[in-house]
Amino acid sequence: METLRPDHKLILEMIEPDSHVLDLGCGDGELLSLLMKRRHCRATGIEIDEKAIYKCIEHGVTVSHGDIDSGLEDYGDQRFDYVILNESLQEILNPEKVIREALRVGKKVIVGIPNFCHISARLQIFFLGKVPVTKGLPYKWYNTPNLRFLSIKDFRQFCAERGIIVQRERAIGAGQEVFFARNLFAYAAIFLLRK
Amino acid sequence: MNDPFVEPQYFTFGHPPDELVLKSGLKLGPITLAYETYGQLNAAKSNAILVFHALTGDAHAAGVHQDVQNPGWWDPMIGPAKAFDTARYFVICANVIGGCKGSTGPASINPATNKPYGLSFPVVTIEDMVAAQKRLIDHLGIRQLLCVTGGSMGGLQALKWSLLYPDTVRSAILIATNYRHTAQQIALHEVARQAIMSDPDWQGGDYYGKSVPGRGLAVSRMIGHITYMSERSMDEKFGRKLKGKEKLGYDFSHDFEVESYLKYRSDNFVQRFDANSYLYISKALDYFDIAEDSDLQQAFKNAAAKFLIITFTSDWLYPSYQSKEMVKAMKANHLDVSFIEIDTNYGHDSFLVEIEGQSKLVKSFLGNLPL
Repeated sequence: METLRPDHKLILEMIEPDSHVLDLGCGDGELLSLLMKRRHCRATGIEIDEKAIYKCIEHGVTVSHGDIDSGLEDYGDQRFDYVILNESLQEILNPEKVIREALRVGKKVIVGIPNFCHISARLQIFFLGKVPVTKGLPYKWYNTPNLRFLSIKDFRQFCAERGIIVQRERAIGAGQEVFFARNLFAYAAIFLLRK
Repeated sequence: MNDPFVEPQYFTFGHPPDELVLKSGLKLGPITLAYETYGQLNAAKSNAILVFHALTGDAHAAGVHQDVQNPGWWDPMIGPAKAFDTARYFVICANVIGGCKGSTGPASINPATNKPYGLSFPVVTIEDMVAAQKRLIDHLGIRQLLCVTGGSMGGLQALKWSLLYPDTVRSAILIATNYRHTAQQIALHEVARQAIMSDPDWQGGDYYGKSVPGRGLAVSRMIGHITYMSERSMDEKFGRKLKGKEKLGYDFSHDFEVESYLKYRSDNFVQRFDANSYLYISKALDYFDIAEDSDLQQAFKNAAAKFLIITFTSDWLYPSYQSKEMVKAMKANHLDVSFIEIDTNYGHDSFLVEIEGQSKLVKSFLGNLPL
């Protein structure tokens, strides 16, 4: 069995078998393909990049070419068991609206975010006085696709202020799961949300 | 060893009193369909794909005939190791009724009068074209098609098939198409029809054996060609290049290459196509609206196929937003639908010429359907 991306592994563990899953910004459909094979899920994706769509179709993933904001309007309430926003929230123009919409079309929502306040980012800012480049944030200021810069704490606060329930939170560090001081040592986190 | 040549075949049905009852309520029969097949039907009869042609297409979708060496209209997509891999699939393409390439149409002899039908040929619809081809598929003993597919008018037929006979089709690939003809699409066709009907040689459609309304039909084809290309692809192909002269002529002979191109293509077209067929088929397209009896969402309530919908960024004749509306209605019905808009300059003609992307998609999509 091939090694799984750590975020994919955690997401796979959060999803019940035979679920109906929508992945917003599904890329080449790798995660959805895994969910189909290992969790027998019915998988649908939305993806903006044309080249990635070819890969999705190759993987047997049902996919719509388009942006996340307009893509969600096509679906009725509570249509999916899970809606996934992995590594895509920070690239969205209106994340608040998308999360609200995701919670409308999905019974549960899985959000994966890069942690902009990882210790290496903090150290780079402090000692180098430069915008940090880390494992979770591999871009320079001029080529980053990221529009939103948030930490694990920020996202917890965002959910709390809106009454969104965080059912589970798991964090990924260098090579292993992080259980302690996540906002400092995790470069990414996966949240399981519901209304 | 496979025969290197393909041959048209013919199937005749609907002899009186068992004529095909058309959507208009009128009857048509007997009906002959010209069709071609590529590849072999497997023992389980589970590998058949029905390809539908566009307005001026025909049953000759792939390969070459022994006498004329021009390959079929979708030859880059159909054949061994191609998108519709004939080593794996059995591909069928039939000429539509109302056409002029071997299937019964206005130029055919009406057995009741022993004269060409002309305008006494009943107006046919996309539904009728599809119903006739259903008879062919039944005749071939195929209960379920692996896929129905086509671009433009071919896509309309594939869509209609998936709605009329949901149990007989596992998947549908709809390319550069729409769920209804819009005002602009109708308007463009009306200009084409008026061009034909205002040609003095048209004679109310009764011109067979006499001189054909070639000028009118040529103008129709010119309009068609313009709508099939994008503004950019035309400019890239022709620009302001002059044809056969060094400088502008200051008269009304052709100056520009694009003018000669339209003339050349339309003259060719007049040689191979019947003006009345153009009237009938364009009318069938304009009558098409799957939501005529309900709303669009309702129209899909019985559909069951797995759909792949392909559009092209530069197609202004069948723009992507129309397919997106269809995708939305399909999703509301919990249908399994994938959608992609391919970035290309070729306009509506992309479904014939953008081979690389379409081939990848079709191959993967079909490959994921177990035979």
